[in-house]
Amino acid sequence: MIRCVRHTAAFFLVLLVALLLNAARVQVLQAGAYDDNPANRRSALARYGRPRGDILVGGNPVTGSRDSGGRLRYERTYRQGPLYAPVTGYASQLYGTSLVEHAEDGILSGTDSRLAPFPLWAELTHGRQPGGRVATTIDPAAQRAAFDGLGGKKGAVAAVEPASGRILALVSTPSYDPGALSGTGSQTTAAWRRLNRDSGRPMVDRALRQTYPPGSVFKVVTAAAALDGGQVTDIDAPTDTPDPYVLPGSSTRLTNEDEAGDCAHATLRYAFRVSCNTVFAHLGVEVGLPGMVRAAERFGFNDDGLKIPVRVARSVFDTEMDRARLALSSIGQYDTAATPLQMAVVAAAVADDGEVRPPYLVDRVLDSRGRTVATASVEPPRQAVRRTTARRLQELMTDVVTSGTGTAAALDGATVGGKTGTAQHGERGEGTPYAWFISWARAQDAARPAVAVAVVVEDAAADRADISGGGSAAPIAREVMRAALR
Amino acid sequence: MTARPARPVDTPPPGPRLPARRGVELALLFGAVLISVLGYIDVGLARQNAVPGGAARYGTGLGVLALLAHLAVRFRAPYADPLLLPIAVLLNGLGLVLIFRLDLETPGDPAAPTQLMWSAIGVALFTAVILLLRDHRTLQRYAYVSVAAALALLIVPIFFPAINGAKIWIRVAGFSFQPGEFAKVLLIVFFAAYLAANRHALAYTGREVWHMQWPTGRVLGPIVAIWLLSVGVLVLERDLGTSLLFFGVFVVLLYVATGRTGWIAVGLLLAAVGAAAVGHLEPHVHGRVHDWLHPFDGIASGRGPSQLAQSLFAFAAGGMLGTGLGEGHSYLIGFAMKSDFILATFGEELGLAGLTALFLLYALLVARGLRAGVALRDPFGRLLAVGLASLPAIQVFVIAGGVMGLIPLTGMAMPFLAQGGSSVVTNWVIVALLLRISDSARAPRPAAAETGVIARTTPGGRTPSGSRSRSGDPSSSNGRTPPAAGREDSGGAGAAP
Repeated sequence: MIRCVRHTAAFFLVLLVALLLNAARVQVLQAGAYDDNPANRRSALARYGRPRGDILVGGNPVTGSRDSGGRLRYERTYRQGPLYAPVTGYASQLYGTSLVEHAEDGILSGTDSRLAPFPLWAELTHGRQPGGRVATTIDPAAQRAAFDGLGGKKGAVAAVEPASGRILALVSTPSYDPGALSGTGSQTTAAWRRLNRDSGRPMVDRALRQTYPPGSVFKVVTAAAALDGGQVTDIDAPTDTPDPYVLPGSSTRLTNEDEAGDCAHATLRYAFRVSCNTVFAHLGVEVGLPGMVRAAERFGFNDDGLKIPVRVARSVFDTEMDRARLALSSIGQYDTAATPLQMAVVAAAVADDGEVRPPYLVDRVLDSRGRTVATASVEPPRQAVRRTTARRLQELMTDVVTSGTGTAAALDGATVGGKTGTAQHGERGEGTPYAWFISWARAQDAARPAVAVAVVVEDAAADRADISGGGSAAPIAREVMRAALR
Repeated sequence: MTARPARPVDTPPPGPRLPARRGVELALLFGAVLISVLGYIDVGLARQNAVPGGAARYGTGLGVLALLAHLAVRFRAPYADPLLLPIAVLLNGLGLVLIFRLDLETPGDPAAPTQLMWSAIGVALFTAVILLLRDHRTLQRYAYVSVAAALALLIVPIFFPAINGAKIWIRVAGFSFQPGEFAKVLLIVFFAAYLAANRHALAYTGREVWHMQWPTGRVLGPIVAIWLLSVGVLVLERDLGTSLLFFGVFVVLLYVATGRTGWIAVGLLLAAVGAAAVGHLEPHVHGRVHDWLHPFDGIASGRGPSQLAQSLFAFAAGGMLGTGLGEGHSYLIGFAMKSDFILATFGEELGLAGLTALFLLYALLVARGLRAGVALRDPFGRLLAVGLASLPAIQVFVIAGGVMGLIPLTGMAMPFLAQGGSSVVTNWVIVALLLRISDSARAPRPAAAETGVIARTTPGGRTPSGSRSRSGDPSSSNGRTPPAAGREDSGGAGAAP
């Protein structure tokens, strides 16, 4: 009998071992797979179980947390939500995260291993650190100036500091309050539905995620290609361009806007100042497709991987097309498309003697106690165009502001260069054109430019004739530059 | 173990004098209550950054219960195993902490106060058993009363409405309890008594078929009938966990009583056939088996995670060290989180480390119970101890294996841990009986240690006090020792009351 009791005990021991092995399987070996199962709500619960770290602009938080007392407890609040929405994005219990809230989610929610006191700490304890803070490069004054400048109009502004690549302003209008998407109630779902149905598409970040045909502001790139490639050696020598210009291999006659003046055989300086389509279309064809593609890509076009750390939409310059389309592409039409940020980078490269610095939005990452965990890793600049070319382009751009189409951008006490643009869009260009302005400004006593700006206004309500980069967009750029220079 | 030489009649064996160790028990009880109180404090600090008001109340309640139980043991079972009671108090205390913690997730439906009340009733019954039952062999006399009561308890819920698919509840005046829980103990008393009385007949009589000696129907018939009846009723009531439990305990007892490995083979065969049949025919069980094999099917088909999937998520979230008390999200399991699935909360908040400790606590409880049985001389007591110790062993395996995806899920309560009055009360009675048995096993009194009582006479009949035992089975080297080897009994003072 005792032998049998011992056997029974041994049998129970086997059951115990089976339980322990199975527990180890579930809790250790397969834990990762179970944790990552999309039906497992724990990650969302842990995420909202504690206040989210703040996003800082100019050292001050533009976000906050509200204790809702519910399951997904801490809701995100935003100070001046619409103003900073194109920077922060939203952090919603129901709809996830976007923009900086998305790109720096690990830091803000406290899961990033850089926040842990020791390596492997988070892995061992399954714990979360208090959310860290993300300091952006945004200049509140420039942001405010851009937002107020756009006012009720639909459009976007991107501003960067040429010497560093720091993004000083990112504005997209019409905007929205991301705070409306915090929480779990019916108000939140209603806000989501309303914002998605809104014809103004307020949740689209036009500065980063929307591409526009750049129109005449792309002529900066074409001029750079022609100067760098040697197609133009003297900006004051007449170019061999008829007006109208018949696109090569077709019977399409390209003309100029009425106010452009006498563009036939115009010099590059003149053509740039009054924005002759014919001259630049012809120049693009002369440079040739490989040269144009190379020039565009050096400025950052066709780059899929740009992250600031928010992913930026790809700006496009086609790599395969016939010469007629190349001609159109060289004046920023046909398939050429650029984000406002990309065009601000173009202006910045010109202003900073041809050096392109990758733009970045996150300056520093701090833990909850304010200690710096990481700083932005600034990549070395790339030479987009030769220094001499850049100097000539600066000259061309300052001419535009002093005596050309961009006089509305002039600032006292600063050297300002700019380029206007009016971009056709739609199947045959029948839509209301977009007004562009890109510019940069250098304080008179400064060695380097302080700011480069791209403004796009897509104001469907305005009379078509009134839309021009010089009229609608340049004053906005001027106010952003004025704020950034201060 | 070899047979010891028989001693002359009337000479009490010296017997090793075991220390009573009541002081050890008291110290361990203090530790058990302390751990529970620290658990409350931990929950409170995690959830409200404050020591919860319940900490003092529940801690005091648990402490008073532990002290009462200890006093009962100290005065009426002084030689009892000092580990059993502290383990029970610790498990009960941990269960209260977990239920208290889960109550925070269901503010309108607190279960901890009720559980504390049932724990008090359990300890009261525990005390009553310790005080009133002076010798476990008394139970042998009530074997047939037990089985009648057990069957009645099992059958009664058929006349009550089903709750959550199982007709195992009786609901009277706002109180609901599972009579099947109490029936467990009663049936084991009967099985132990019957098998103790008939084990030789079961082992050595009957015809040989397939190289195996089958007992005669006259001996085997009644017990198999009773067992089939109880399992049948449970299957009818859809209480598959308990039917599995009865089956397992029955096979174990049959094996221990007869010493024949064949019973295990027969048992496993029957289990396999029964499981396959039920698994195929019964839609409820079929679903459980499917859920076990494919726990995430519900997610893929858009029905959302099943309880088992949620339970697995909870265990996985715990990892090695757990999230800490109060900091898990096991409430996502929803329904049954405080009862059948309470282990998931344990696993999530205390991790693999805590779970291992918990399993070892149960293992210690079972081992101590089996040990008390081994140390006893009378077959009834030994079978009773083995049966009672097997209950938590099999029950823990079935429910823990079920909620962790090792075996198909069957609804049962984690002993002491889970919410459920009937379960807690029954477990306290089981511990009381094990304590009583261990007291007999460890007591230096010759009478208690040596008097083997045969139940060859009808169970329920009085065993003549001081009479000589015919089947003391002293050596117990194996069950095949012929009954003639029974050794002279010392008889004497403290035999039967």
